[in-house]
Amino acid sequence: MRYYDKLIFELSRPGRSGFSLPEAEGGMPREGRLWRSAPAGLPEVSEPDVVRHYTNLSQMNFGVDTGFYPLGSCTMKYNPKINEEIASMPGFTGQHPLQPEESVRGTKAVYEELDRALAAITGMKHFTFRPCAGAHGELTGLMLMKEYHLGRGDLARTKVIVPDSAHGTNPASAACCGYEIVVVKSNSDGLVDVEALKPLLGPDIAGIMLTNPNTLGLFEKDIREIAALVHDCGGLLYYDGANMNPLLGVVRPGDMGFDILHLNLHKTFSTPHGGGGPGSGPVGVSERVLPYLDVPRVSGFNGNFTVMLRALAYILMLGRENIRMAGRLATLNANYVKESLKDCYKLPVPSVCKHEFVFDGLLEPNGTTTLDVAKRLLDYGFHAPTIYFPLLFHQAIMIEPTETESPETLDAFIDVMRKIAVEARTNPELLHSAPRTAPIGRPDETKAARQPILKYEA
Amino acid sequence: MGTFCYFPHTGEDIRRMLDRIGVGSLDDLYADVPADFIYKGDYDLPSAMSEQQVREHFAKLAAENVRLKVFVGQGAYDHCTPAAIPYITSRSEFLTAYTPYQCEISQGTLRYIFEWQTMICRLTGMDCSNASMYDGPTAAAEAMRMCVASVKKRNSVVVSSGLLPNVRATILTYAKYEGVNVVVTSDVRAKVQELSSDLAGVIVPSIDRRGYICDHEGLAELVHANGGLLVEYCDPSALAVVKTPAEWGADIAVGDGQPLGIPLNFGGPYVGFLACRKDYMRKMPGRIVGQTEDAEGRRCFVLTLQAREQHIRREKATSNICSNQSLMALWCTVYLSLMGPEGLRRVNELCWERSHYLRDELLKTGLFEPVGEGEFIKEFVLKPHCPADRLMHALAAAGYFAALPDEDGNVCFCVTEKHGREEMDALVKCVKEAAL
Amino acid sequence: MSKIVDGLLYSESHEWVKVDGNVAIVGVSDYAQAELGDITYVDMPDVDDEVKAGDDFGAVESVKTSSEIVAPVSGKIIACNTELEDRPELINEDAYAAWIVKIEMSDSSELDSLLNASAYTKLVG
Repeated sequence: MRYYDKLIFELSRPGRSGFSLPEAEGGMPREGRLWRSAPAGLPEVSEPDVVRHYTNLSQMNFGVDTGFYPLGSCTMKYNPKINEEIASMPGFTGQHPLQPEESVRGTKAVYEELDRALAAITGMKHFTFRPCAGAHGELTGLMLMKEYHLGRGDLARTKVIVPDSAHGTNPASAACCGYEIVVVKSNSDGLVDVEALKPLLGPDIAGIMLTNPNTLGLFEKDIREIAALVHDCGGLLYYDGANMNPLLGVVRPGDMGFDILHLNLHKTFSTPHGGGGPGSGPVGVSERVLPYLDVPRVSGFNGNFTVMLRALAYILMLGRENIRMAGRLATLNANYVKESLKDCYKLPVPSVCKHEFVFDGLLEPNGTTTLDVAKRLLDYGFHAPTIYFPLLFHQAIMIEPTETESPETLDAFIDVMRKIAVEARTNPELLHSAPRTAPIGRPDETKAARQPILKYEA
Repeated sequence: MGTFCYFPHTGEDIRRMLDRIGVGSLDDLYADVPADFIYKGDYDLPSAMSEQQVREHFAKLAAENVRLKVFVGQGAYDHCTPAAIPYITSRSEFLTAYTPYQCEISQGTLRYIFEWQTMICRLTGMDCSNASMYDGPTAAAEAMRMCVASVKKRNSVVVSSGLLPNVRATILTYAKYEGVNVVVTSDVRAKVQELSSDLAGVIVPSIDRRGYICDHEGLAELVHANGGLLVEYCDPSALAVVKTPAEWGADIAVGDGQPLGIPLNFGGPYVGFLACRKDYMRKMPGRIVGQTEDAEGRRCFVLTLQAREQHIRREKATSNICSNQSLMALWCTVYLSLMGPEGLRRVNELCWERSHYLRDELLKTGLFEPVGEGEFIKEFVLKPHCPADRLMHALAAAGYFAALPDEDGNVCFCVTEKHGREEMDALVKCVKEAAL
Repeated sequence: MSKIVDGLLYSESHEWVKVDGNVAIVGVSDYAQAELGDITYVDMPDVDDEVKAGDDFGAVESVKTSSEIVAPVSGKIIACNTELEDRPELINEDAYAAWIVKIEMSDSSELDSLLNASAYTKLVG
């Protein structure tokens, strides 16, 4: 990667242009109370300049196609290329969302096929595809939880239970949906403490949000009892599908008693993350929530359709045969890395993990931090794991390798992680000063937050 | 087990790895899962297809769609897409990256988001923009939440009935569950005065759902005098020529980036934008990119102001959003770079000329009456003398998507730079036949 | 070892209180600023807001974290330290000089439940 310092505005020269359009006749008014007084300061650049500029920018970026990306809770698996071909078929991309039914039969069939496939994979009845991301799915799912209780005339359920290990989006989504949050603690095994849960349950509880396996990568083995307790008190179980990958082809959340779930098509179903989006967060429901499925209108049209095309293409490639291996291989890879590093990094919960696991920093940090380890990994050509999450551990390093990484890649990563552990003991400065081979060194984030510069000014 | 092209493991690999872990089989890795939760049946899925079978499967489905010439907008606009855009956005360094958490190896993403934020500010006239939202309607809903969060102890937001139906519906959805009092009205000014002491904000369109450019003279002053914030919902393409939210005195500008060359995609992915005056910077939801420098003084970019966000604030966060629509923001940023100020103006001029031509030709048929009056750029509605629904379906059978019925019994049209006079004349001919 | 000033009162959530007649001057302790790291923003309430002891009424933000400011006593906000708007780093420089708000107390007996310097030393020590 090479440092490239231009912004598109700095390439601009008056009178240059990169568009190709017919001449206009000049009938449109240019002045008056409804019209803008001065042109918008957009850059004036030619097409070759634009293409080269963004190509240069792309070369300062690391993607799954560049190298290993063990970002915990993000499921950075390979993004199959056939998906892209399907998603750009003009027969799909040219359809207007309000077109009459008779002209979009093929598109509707894609929704139906994907609905059926996701229902088969998760054990839920049906899905809504309007949510555009995982957090958007959570919000939608909680809206459905509220509709369910309202539909029964049960107005007293104002609280949602969230484990202390949960993704930050869980409590944030519940708050956006007007719920009060009640936190349930984890026990020393890193699982929901069932005894601590019991006294929280009552007629004011709308439901519980769980991710299973949880953010430590541990399967909530008491899920049957938890489901019974929550259902007995009249609440619903919400499944945060961010961690669905290890269960892909192994366990169906619907069978565990969940009533509402969201899936991240950009995690479990191989669609690309696009530097932060577009994703897709379809929400599936059990029989009892089904009557409310279409109530919340949470986005403009029909969700991120071309993301759904990619997910369906992936599922058809997997088929009923290969899907059985997906979750199992993801779990195999995670445990392999964990077992290969636990003598160098602190493993707070030693049990068998699922798709991911959490170290609490180096066993012998010698003054280095998890941030230092992460930055040093960049020097060795790897993306860093998720760091400082979950909040249960101060030096958390959360590693998720996914099933599409070969043992050779994992071995190379393990070697580097072990090397970094040695460097921390023998030459900690290598960690403190990392990265050195990236296009930039560590930025001054304090400066960025104290005097925010959020746009370019010449 | 047979091999599968996305899984690298050989049987030998699996055995070696299981040995290292110290378990006997893959299923032993699930020993902590109650046995009856392990799904033993055959998943009700099709048998695995080859790549060519997948290709043919989708080609068949795509062929079941009818490709219509699109003469409707209503939140999704059929503008031209310059060839360079999909070429750039499909680069895997952009496409297969995650949110730019490790800024040292994400400067590409961070830089284009910074450019996006700058362009949105320049189009809207606002001081700061976030890194993008899911789509325009959710951006409007987040702006509604922002009003209530910014104006303490007030809980009412006035929403203009001139907004597109899907924008209103999304705002109402968010408001319903959070418990915000949203009042939809055609007389915004009267409602502002009526709600006065509980007024947190007002959301109006820059161009209404009938295509008319709105006159917001004096509205900002009225809203501010009653203690609320003014939000304007805009078409960013039209902002090249119409008065900006900043010029009207708005506090927050939102809208959908789709008109900036994003294909129709049956409604998504699109990209929302949200920009505001600097007083409300820290109340903005979502990701924000800021400029800073590294130890060697090199200009660089980071995600900033993160203490507002859900991973830190949890239930006290400004919003639950934890992503943006990054790749689509790149799409629009490249579009705006190629267009420049002159190109974007040209797009509007071409839309203006062609939509006025089509409207005149349709009125000449005697089959329609005009509805309201005002300046418009690309969308307009007419009152048909024949049943609206029948007209749309008849046109669809002739290869056009046009004359979409609206909630008032009128029909909506839209003309972009994509369709010339010949196609419009052909459409008018079909309208005459369809109305018979 | 963080600095703890004699003569001030402290809360378990790491606010300090200086009593000036009926007014409680409130800031965050040196221990709190050290835990937060470089402070980038202080979210302050509005003057005239009523606060209740135990409620959070603002937040101190650093790059990677944020800590709520909890009212140690009930009353009305009569002043905010506007200097912190542009220079939040003053809290890092001297947490006991950089007061955040002044509260006109409605019930000064609430002060009794706060910690003195030696009790607070035990808490953070």
